[in-house]
Amino acid sequence: MLLRHTDSNVIEREALTVNPAKTCQPIGAMYAALGINKCLPHSHGSQGCCAYHRSTLTRHYKEPIMSGTSSFTEGSSVFGGQSNLLQAVNNMFTIYDPDVIAVHTTCLSETIGDDIPQIVDLAREKGFIPKGKYVFHCNTPSYVGSHVTGFSNMVKAIVDYFAEPVEYKTGKINIIPGWVEPGDMREIKRICYQMGIDTIMFPDTSDVLDAPQTGTYDFYPKGGVTIDDIKKTGSSQKTLALGITSSTAPARALDVKCSVPCEILDLPIGLAATDRFVDSLRKAANVEVPGFIEDERGRVLDFITDTQQYLYGKRVALWGDPDQLVSLTEFLVDLEMKPVYIVTGTPGKKFLTRIEKALNGKVPEAKVKQGANADMFLMHQWIKDEPVDLLIGNTYGKYISRDDDIPLIRHGFPILDRVGHSYFPTVGYAGALRLLEKILDAILSKMDRDSEEESFELVM
Amino acid sequence: MSGNNKKDANKVVDELLKVYPSKVARKRAQQIVINQKDKELNVPEIKANVRTTPGIITQRGCTYAGCKGVVLGPTRDILNLTHGPIGCGFYSWLTRRNQTRPPTDKDDNFMTYCFSTDMQDSEIIFGGEKKLAKAIEEAYNIFKPKAIGIFATCPVGLIGDDIHSVAKKMSDKLGINVFGFSCEGYKGVSQSAGHHIANNQLFKHVIGKGKEKPKGKFRINLLGEYNIGGDAFLIEELLEKCGITLVSTFSGNSSYDGFANSHNADLNCIMCHRSINYVADMIEKKYGIPWIKVNFLGADASAKSLRKIAQYFDDNELTEKVEKVIEEEMAKVKKAQKEIRPRNEGKLAMMFVGGSRAHHYQELFNEIGMKTIAAGYEFAHRDDYEGRKVLPTIQIDADSRNIEELTVEADPVEYQPRKTEEEIKALEKAGLEFSGYEGMMPTMENQTLIIDDISQAETEKLIDIYKPAIFCAGIKEKYTVQKSGTPMLQLHSYDYGGPFAVFDGAINFYKTVDRMVNARIWSFVKAPWQTTGKPVLEAELVHN
Repeated sequence: MLLRHTDSNVIEREALTVNPAKTCQPIGAMYAALGINKCLPHSHGSQGCCAYHRSTLTRHYKEPIMSGTSSFTEGSSVFGGQSNLLQAVNNMFTIYDPDVIAVHTTCLSETIGDDIPQIVDLAREKGFIPKGKYVFHCNTPSYVGSHVTGFSNMVKAIVDYFAEPVEYKTGKINIIPGWVEPGDMREIKRICYQMGIDTIMFPDTSDVLDAPQTGTYDFYPKGGVTIDDIKKTGSSQKTLALGITSSTAPARALDVKCSVPCEILDLPIGLAATDRFVDSLRKAANVEVPGFIEDERGRVLDFITDTQQYLYGKRVALWGDPDQLVSLTEFLVDLEMKPVYIVTGTPGKKFLTRIEKALNGKVPEAKVKQGANADMFLMHQWIKDEPVDLLIGNTYGKYISRDDDIPLIRHGFPILDRVGHSYFPTVGYAGALRLLEKILDAILSKMDRDSEEESFELVM
Repeated sequence: MSGNNKKDANKVVDELLKVYPSKVARKRAQQIVINQKDKELNVPEIKANVRTTPGIITQRGCTYAGCKGVVLGPTRDILNLTHGPIGCGFYSWLTRRNQTRPPTDKDDNFMTYCFSTDMQDSEIIFGGEKKLAKAIEEAYNIFKPKAIGIFATCPVGLIGDDIHSVAKKMSDKLGINVFGFSCEGYKGVSQSAGHHIANNQLFKHVIGKGKEKPKGKFRINLLGEYNIGGDAFLIEELLEKCGITLVSTFSGNSSYDGFANSHNADLNCIMCHRSINYVADMIEKKYGIPWIKVNFLGADASAKSLRKIAQYFDDNELTEKVEKVIEEEMAKVKKAQKEIRPRNEGKLAMMFVGGSRAHHYQELFNEIGMKTIAAGYEFAHRDDYEGRKVLPTIQIDADSRNIEELTVEADPVEYQPRKTEEEIKALEKAGLEFSGYEGMMPTMENQTLIIDDISQAETEKLIDIYKPAIFCAGIKEKYTVQKSGTPMLQLHSYDYGGPFAVFDGAINFYKTVDRMVNARIWSFVKAPWQTTGKPVLEAELVHN
């Protein structure tokens, strides 16, 4: 057994986290910053933070992840990291010529208390920031929140630094997509485009973290929202923010700063959440939903009606990030499956009530845990106590999957051992179809493998 | 693509330095050296193990990574508890491919688990010692390990948590070995400081605690082999075939008891000199076990290493067995070389990785006729480049000074020199070198480039200039290199392939490189309409 020390006997823990269902803030900030065109993220801390974040993001996206680090030593830890950050800004602009540098902090620089805006001002005074170029920052102390918090903080910083309040409105719709894959962002843009809606999406990692192989390496791939477009988000008529945990803060900040009203929606994963998203788009832009999008929706419905017998009543354990979990839970409940164990290490006030709403009273046996000591070890102990039919979560689930012979659908972050998650969306109706195919395939493959010879079915 | 070999190295260096602000260029100039050997194999001095320039985009990681990730990570039955915010524990959770094989299903294996105190802001403000003590107790109650290691992350050092006194207190309370590693990420200039800290604490708290006298006539420890992709399994198998007993490995496929009993071996064999030479030196001083440098990467190097071990034990039966094994294994290896070499002869390789890998893997490339045109380490010191003979001339700077140097003396009871001074002298005279490492540069050709702590900008420029057939580094470089149309092999993780050690591993390596360098996919990079040069209109006209 790979997880041979895990049994069903749950001993209360207060201090020890085992097999976390979260990681730390800065990696989320780095991912968000990569969704800006010609942006070089910068990690203000020890080298290891940057190396770890780059490695993990690279393993997930199978793409280059570039970022600078302040390379703190013992000296900088005592005297502060000002001189390191000044050097870094000068070096990065000289060597790598980005349009913008997005600085995030770490537990080290936060504990020291480095004042980033003051250091950036000093860099500007010293002439380290070329004309027309930008350095901005967000604080991402690793001992608060999780990677999702860091993502949200960086997206909010984009608004705080760049969005420009103007009197007139352009009629565009801002989309804050939340922490989803590049393929998901591409799909959200496609839906908007096909509905004839002019949008600004930020951040946007499509064409950055799913860049083509051309034989020529572009340090800055063509994708990412431009600073010019970010400035214009202040003149849009509305913001649709997807994912309450990751996108509320930037959407509200934009409303406060530029009076762009916002609507905060669940991630459009699954049928009902996509319905709400499309409906909100329709209303916001005052357009009609085109027939072929209704056809896409119809194909999702068709899939479900054709396969409902295999999905009904199946018990599912899921772990990961709040926004994904809420939408997935709702979708599974709509499929009449039973999301019985739901775990996230990411803290946040509204998660439990949102999950309760998504469960809609249909799964009274569901166990939900969030925040401190809400980890994959606990979830696995629940599974040992009463098993499930399906796992949905990141790659770390493969150890549970193998030990307890439960099919795993990889979803969320990080996925380190498969390719495709960054290309094929799970948002929208197209994404729902893909999720359904994966769920059905997992369930039927296990049925095929386990059935008696006489009941082995050709047609299913 | 076979690469461009005919470049003036001086001009290349100028090109590499051109992009930097002048102060950075001056510093980098000392870390970029054109190799030039004299008759005594003296080489130019290279600056190494110095601070990375902020913002340059480095490959390097931190002290915690070197300590918890590299040295202690591969040990299955020590419960490794990270004291800090969640990230450090999370990122070092199962990501290094250290394989392990517990003897039975009942034996402990904690490597699939990640343990962390998940420090919150309240602990940053009020201190984290209480939470740490509680976490240790909870870990003990649930998992009942025989030992717990505590790893400090950056904020722990800053807020002043005394992990060692917590360790001592909990060790007394629980009756198991609990010990701490002050491996805060900011200490030192790279992972290297973490290796040293890990060596020190293992030596202080574990090595020598075992009472089990290992059986077998020829007993060795293998140091600096981390069992990436199963390398150590192949080495273990080979040693067993030769009748050599492996007491412990530091630290691939390792166990607590192996470390504890390692002082009962009779020879230490070092693979990765950088990460583990401290332990070898300390064991020699305290217990009288000499060490030699070995290398099981490359078929010839593996044969040579086996012969060194046989020479040390000076036993006819062992020597005969070793020669027989080498003969058998080499027959397979030669067959593979004969097939694969013609397709790769003369092609160029580059390696920028680790603290010994950039050296060791050159053997394997040589064996299929490929030449290493440029190489460098991520976190090595001058002795790994120029050889241990330069050790007395290495200056201690502010960053290396704060890593503890243990004062070690001969153990009054356990010290027992395995060879007399005369025997050592005789072996040396016969060509066996003790406590020596020649370094990478003396084994490389003149005019090749040696680059320490290479930057992203230098990486791109080198590829652009030389167009190597293959580039080897780590995960962060993997796709930038590959996007430029150059096959890239990770030498930390072997691209999730391997093993590459000893003879079977060598054959696997040749095949891996052959597959990559001659991959068909590279001929598809341009679409037909991008290569013909004919205007699109022409085709339209034909159809009309």
